[in-house]
Amino acid sequence: MSPELANLILTGVGETLYMVIVSTLVAYLLGVPLGVILYVTDSKGIHPNRLVNLTVGIVVNVLRSIPFLILLVMILPFTRLVVGTTIGSTATIVPLVVAAAPYVARMVESSLKEVDAGVLEAARAMGSSVLQMIVRVVLPEARPSLLLGAAISLATILGYSAMAGFVGGGGLGAIAVNYGYYRYQLDVMLITVVLLVIIVQIFQEGGLALVRKTDKRLR
Amino acid sequence: MRYQQLATDRPQFRKARLVIELRHIEKTFRPGKETVTAVKDVSLVIGDGEIFGIIGFSGAGKSTLVRCINLLERPTSGEVIIDGTDLTKLSAKELRAARKRIGMIFQQFNLFSQRSVAANVRYPLEIEGTPKAEAARRVTELLRLVELEDKADAYPAQLSGGQKQRVAIARALASNPSIILCDEATSALDPLTTHSILELLRKLNQQLGVTIVVITHEMRVIEQICSKVAVMSDGQVVERGSVRDVFLRPQSETARRLIHPTPQTGLSAAAPVNTLRLAFTGEESGAPVISDLTVQCNAMVSILSANTENIGGRPFGQMLIEMPDDKAAQRRICDYLDARGIVYERGDEGSDRMPSPVDEA
Repeated sequence: MSPELANLILTGVGETLYMVIVSTLVAYLLGVPLGVILYVTDSKGIHPNRLVNLTVGIVVNVLRSIPFLILLVMILPFTRLVVGTTIGSTATIVPLVVAAAPYVARMVESSLKEVDAGVLEAARAMGSSVLQMIVRVVLPEARPSLLLGAAISLATILGYSAMAGFVGGGGLGAIAVNYGYYRYQLDVMLITVVLLVIIVQIFQEGGLALVRKTDKRLR
Repeated sequence: MRYQQLATDRPQFRKARLVIELRHIEKTFRPGKETVTAVKDVSLVIGDGEIFGIIGFSGAGKSTLVRCINLLERPTSGEVIIDGTDLTKLSAKELRAARKRIGMIFQQFNLFSQRSVAANVRYPLEIEGTPKAEAARRVTELLRLVELEDKADAYPAQLSGGQKQRVAIARALASNPSIILCDEATSALDPLTTHSILELLRKLNQQLGVTIVVITHEMRVIEQICSKVAVMSDGQVVERGSVRDVFLRPQSETARRLIHPTPQTGLSAAAPVNTLRLAFTGEESGAPVISDLTVQCNAMVSILSANTENIGGRPFGQMLIEMPDDKAAQRRICDYLDARGIVYERGDEGSDRMPSPVDEA
């Protein structure tokens, strides 16, 4: 492999990690509150509110049903507004967050729903307020499931980020498209795919290891 | 008012200050199209420092009823008066404060799985905003009370069932409640552990004066710690009184089915005509009644089942015997038992006796 190519691929890995990690962080910043709202306001939740639940639910569902490639193109003006450009890895973060936040919201909601109803009942019997139940009971009890969800989200967002390579995004996806697809350099394509697989493995196994280490039920 | 009448009619209720008063509690659910009434017009009074049992078979409505006491289930109608305050009329904030005065333990323990034992016990103090140092001291004190000081840093998954329930008890006590509700708290435990948990509850009742409400389907639980009992069936209280009275002379079919030693030979509808259930109290338990009876009455009886238990510090026992077909011999046996003052029930009487309307509610 030529040094230029190696350099190119190394930069690609860096860009991919940058896009994926930043997008996931921002997506969680938005997705966790949304997921908590969906969970709390559910008809069987801690504080049911049909109107709020329905509104947030519809927004989340609409965003989730738009295919990522279309969303990417659709929100180009918004992307330009936020970061000033539509090309490169920073520009890709915007659509990644828009696509991932609703996904994260549903992941968080389903993790919170796994918390044992009996534990919630005990917390309620002890005189906990809704906020105390969320912060001190539901989120900590759901921690292992939330961590697993984060690992899955990382892998999903990584997949999205590779797609962005088709429309001027950076990272390994762009390399695969530009060299592998447009220039028929199958070896470059293969290398990027292998690297993507390795990154997903690291995220997934790292997440699992973290869960195993921190889940107090597995002792 | 009806409830006041009740309080003056019964001396044992008059002397103790009332802590829990349930007035005409009704709870209906609407799971689908049809309405299910889980609790039907139940009124109960529970005095300060009592250990009060509520017993019934599955689906009798006892778990719903106990959840009406701390309003985990809001009654469809009726009043829940704790220490003179009607909880159903409180604001959300006032209700949360009231709940801190009512501890609760559960069949499945419901500990926080991601918190250590000490952090579980500390939870009620955290939400009350107790200063850290004071909370830590209190946690140590509570863990000592339930004899789990050495498990402070363990997590629930590392504990046995009995230990988990002890942690739950310590946690329930953290906010200094005057009442503890036990919802089938020993039903997931083996008999030996059940015994030790019940002894712990009795100790807390005696040392801290906390009022305890025990929900169970097991008569042995009631026998071991309760002073009074209410029997529930189909959402209603069908019988109530001191544990001694209900045990010796059960009036309702439900109580009889709960008490009788073995279901196969119990005096249910299909009981054989010639059976007798003998109930012993105190000193009679030790006396050789059956040998004496056989000699005195010149009649052979066979023992179908027998057991004795310690109830409230006094030995109680019951025995199911089968008499000979000879009517004269049967009369001699009954006369003998009457003469010795032993309480008994006949199988043929038991079967057609209807649940009596002892429910004051």
